[in-house]
Amino acid sequence: MIDFARNVRLWFAPQEISEEGGTPDYRFSLANERTFLAWLRTALALIGGGFAVDQFLPDLRWAWRVGLALALLAAGVLCSLRAVNHWVRCERAMRQGKDLPVSRFPALLSIAVAIVAVAMVIVVLAGWEG
Amino acid sequence: MTSPPTPPNRDPGLQPERTRLAWRRTTLSSTVAAVLAVRAALHGGVNAEGIIICALCCALWLGFLAVAHRRITTLAAAGTPPPLTPRHATTAVLCTVAVAVCAAVLVY
Repeated sequence: MIDFARNVRLWFAPQEISEEGGTPDYRFSLANERTFLAWLRTALALIGGGFAVDQFLPDLRWAWRVGLALALLAAGVLCSLRAVNHWVRCERAMRQGKDLPVSRFPALLSIAVAIVAVAMVIVVLAGWEG
Repeated sequence: MTSPPTPPNRDPGLQPERTRLAWRRTTLSSTVAAVLAVRAALHGGVNAEGIIICALCCALWLGFLAVAHRRITTLAAAGTPPPLTPRHATTAVLCTVAVAVCAAVLVY
């Protein structure tokens, strides 16, 4: 938790990162940046999905529609915050010559997306029968 | 067969170009999200709340665009590109989070 608070401080403090360790090969930094952008796109896609559920499924019952939309939006927020946090952690690890941090976030996100997808299938099937 | 002459400092992995294109793709994703946001805000008729959220989402989109444009300009410049600064990364992420918050307000 203390580590997390420290990372959050680093989000806003560019000069502190460059004080630690040595500068890695710029190609590694750029690869880290592209990974960050890929996660940010995932987050934007989840947010877009939240908008889409709200807009393009008007026949859905209110609770389901709002629940699914909010779940997707929350996943998008988590994903984007985690993107910048992971980017900072990787950048620090590269500067200090340590191993890159491991994370169980990809697995959690996959499971969450799978659950939402199954919920959508159930909702659509139940909607057709009802 | 002679191989074409290569400039001395050419990066064979085209890393800056790839990173620039990644920023472009991300800008495109944020544009899609912004369009969906505007559609959601103005869908149920024009009212004060919708207009405010619409304007907010447009401003956030412009903020994201500004960050991406600055980074793309930096990457396009000659020489070894400097790494992304945390402030830029955080600004991009905060724009994304703020759009999600707008969406949550609209859904409710």
